[in-house]
Amino acid sequence: MRRAADEAPVESRRAFLRASVLAGGGLLLEVSLPGALRAASQNAGENAARSAAALNAYVQIAGDGIVTITAKNPEIGQGIKTMLPMLIAEELDVDWANVRIEQALSNPALYGRQFAGGSRATPMHWEPMRRVGAAGRQMLVTAAAQTWAVPASECATQSGTVIHTPTKRTLGYGALAAKAAALPAPDLDRVALKDPKDFKIIGKSHAGVDSPLVVTGKPLFGIDVAVPGMLYAVFVKSPVFGGTVSRANVDAIKTLPGIRDAFVVRGGQVFDGLTDGVAIVATNWWLANKARDKLEVVWDEGATAAQSSDGFAKRALELSAQAPTLKVLHDGNVDAALAGSAKVLEAAYQYPFIAHATLEPQNCTAHVKDGKVEIWAPTQNPDPGRKIVAKALGIDEANITIHLIRCGGGFGRRLMNDYMAEAAWISKQVGAPVKLLWNREDDIQHDFYRPAGFHFFKAGLDAHGKVTAFRDHFVTFGDGDKFANSAALSAEEFPARFVPNVELGASLMPLGIPTGPLRAPRSNALGFVFQSFIDEMAHAAGKDPLQFRLDLLGERRVFDGPTGPLGPEPGFDSGRMIDVLALVREKAGWGRRPVPAGTGMGVAFYYSHLGYFAEVVQATVAQGRLTVDKVWVVGDVGSQIINPTGAENQVQGAALDGIGEALGQAITLTNGRVAQGNFNDFLLLRMNQAPPVEVHFLVSNHAPTGLGEPALPPVVPALCNAIFAATGVRIRTLPIDPKLLS
Amino acid sequence: MHYSIRVNDTARQVDAEPDMPLLWVLRDLLDLKGTKFGCGKSFCGACTVHLNGAPTRSCVTPISAVGSAAITTIEGIVASPTGRAVQQAWLDVDVVQCGYCQAGQIMSASALLAKTPKPTDADIDQAMAGNICRCATYLRIRKAIKQAAGVSTADSRDKTL
Repeated sequence: MRRAADEAPVESRRAFLRASVLAGGGLLLEVSLPGALRAASQNAGENAARSAAALNAYVQIAGDGIVTITAKNPEIGQGIKTMLPMLIAEELDVDWANVRIEQALSNPALYGRQFAGGSRATPMHWEPMRRVGAAGRQMLVTAAAQTWAVPASECATQSGTVIHTPTKRTLGYGALAAKAAALPAPDLDRVALKDPKDFKIIGKSHAGVDSPLVVTGKPLFGIDVAVPGMLYAVFVKSPVFGGTVSRANVDAIKTLPGIRDAFVVRGGQVFDGLTDGVAIVATNWWLANKARDKLEVVWDEGATAAQSSDGFAKRALELSAQAPTLKVLHDGNVDAALAGSAKVLEAAYQYPFIAHATLEPQNCTAHVKDGKVEIWAPTQNPDPGRKIVAKALGIDEANITIHLIRCGGGFGRRLMNDYMAEAAWISKQVGAPVKLLWNREDDIQHDFYRPAGFHFFKAGLDAHGKVTAFRDHFVTFGDGDKFANSAALSAEEFPARFVPNVELGASLMPLGIPTGPLRAPRSNALGFVFQSFIDEMAHAAGKDPLQFRLDLLGERRVFDGPTGPLGPEPGFDSGRMIDVLALVREKAGWGRRPVPAGTGMGVAFYYSHLGYFAEVVQATVAQGRLTVDKVWVVGDVGSQIINPTGAENQVQGAALDGIGEALGQAITLTNGRVAQGNFNDFLLLRMNQAPPVEVHFLVSNHAPTGLGEPALPPVVPALCNAIFAATGVRIRTLPIDPKLLS
Repeated sequence: MHYSIRVNDTARQVDAEPDMPLLWVLRDLLDLKGTKFGCGKSFCGACTVHLNGAPTRSCVTPISAVGSAAITTIEGIVASPTGRAVQQAWLDVDVVQCGYCQAGQIMSASALLAKTPKPTDADIDQAMAGNICRCATYLRIRKAIKQAAGVSTADSRDKTL
């Protein structure tokens, strides 16, 4: 049950705080928390670096009492720019109205890793950020106590003011800031944290700090960046992944109106970097994009032109008849158990590649000048971007400045930084600042896709309907015995460890297109297949599907966990899952609320990103038309929902995102090319398809964990299981084929 | 070609090719960046503006087709009481996640309320189905529209309550 010993040792959690005087007499707190995080969780991108990191947070208290907190991580819509400062402000004990938030530059030396991914911000920052605030508060109290010549123990704080309780004297933080800045910084490990019952900011809803700018149309996003003298660019890449430019009519393109330059770029074969293409640079973006109508490129398409989704499906079927080439888990004796089973089930499941389709297409603005590069990038993960720009341009990383610009969606796409290398290269070539913007077709056809997958299941039930054997032969993609990015299967995949005889094996097919993490990577697909097949077992056993899952979970147990970014992570706690299942049964009226013919309820649960989620979907199929009536979500992400409005928004969005994936999303590959190109053939969920989503959090006695992802995986199988309950049709292939329902 | 257009109650002069979409005239020639590019083919609604009050996808509206129509963008919607109410409801309901689509959503919602001050859920579905929110903040958009309209924010589609 314990992960292999390849995990790095946990660094010291000792933290350092430095205080200094701000110009104008304020207090500046600079914090280093070496080893408080070993950044880059597996989930932030399976290939992300797992290096040691130091976290820095800056807090400035000005003479007028205004507190400025630096938001270190990229904002992709998950609300982190609001939530992380709330943690500091709470323990500092200031009014939220007096807090200003500034976005940090990308600066690993100051801030450690700055990334948005893996739902990791909450578990990584919950305690360190509060300690930063508490340390500041302690210094301000000490400064006041010294001013009054009273013991600090007689002082309290409230709303940015220190109060000497016996005499009711008060001093504002602004007036104390300069004196506090001269004090020695306290040991962060020893500062006192508030009792959660005294929280004034944490646990109360706070609207997004940038929302007033959003609703008034202020320039906020990468696409809105403007630099004096800026030109606009498109970058045309091979429609077949890995293809190179044989020749292009760039001289003809240069004669078109408004075109300032057009040239062939020679890149490498690493997709998250600079690859081959044709750059067109113009005085406005529309002219650059329009010039593509006249562009003629002869591509050397390369080997991937032989790959197609149909071919993968055929090959997967062939491979399913053979033994898996990779052993993931071998518990007990599956063959013997199957032979002794009262009932044997077999089913083949599959799901397609999916694009991220952030609504803001990939873009980046870059200015290369005098050997230095300035970059304005909507990115989830700037550090690897700096490396690929340095590599592409052959310059030192120290000469690259990256501004973190609000992202119009992330979902994992912006963990990759290919657009950054392209923008920098083009700027260098034309000798001017350049805004590179992909059009929608570029974006859908040059993604790092959620990998497709094929699962061939077999299970045995005894005469009482108990699962005796479980086998999955997973056919996916990879190179040799290495899974493609975000295509892996772990030995802990439920029901492994909960069934006596289990075999999980995999066979890998070579793949020429890049894959990568999409919101709840791996889990967004594995949740569908495993929780759907478990539903098949429940029905075969003649059991209520929710009770069947509770029976499978059995006794409450806690497994050993892996070593993660915060050190040893909690392992899977079946009791927490039992509790969310029980609560969703109650909230959805499972088994108690009569539904009309053609309507059914389905349930599923999934553990990912340290969060426990159980969800029920009610769906109706009438005249062959599917309506998702409602979703109930119960989640356990620990002892505290930090920002309830943001938390509910994330969970509702994740559940609806999953429904969108199930209903309409597939990327198909034909001769190495993506067949889809825009929102007419890659379908995102729309207003009229978005059912009510009722969200409940089960508060438990565990450290808070993140919410960007874990609500997504269960909704897909819960929907498919509801369709089965409504119609008797079992959905084994995504997206859901409406023809099956007519 | 030279065009005189009226944007947010201000006369603006631009030189552009006749087929240049209004979206890019606004963003790159007039520096009004609130209107967003999402698909370029009228599938997503991120580029929604008003032409004489009617919601219009500016990414497929050539400048030559605009004529003397009054153009309203997200930067100018605050001038209408309905627009202001919608913006405020968006903040009060805390609709925004990434925020990229919200200018277009607000423009479609304002146009809906100007024509249908007390919309039903079906009205909202019809008026808003052309605006994609990739973060899927649809439930809050629905609620904010009703709040701006002063009607009950209960979801009439939910038959389980």
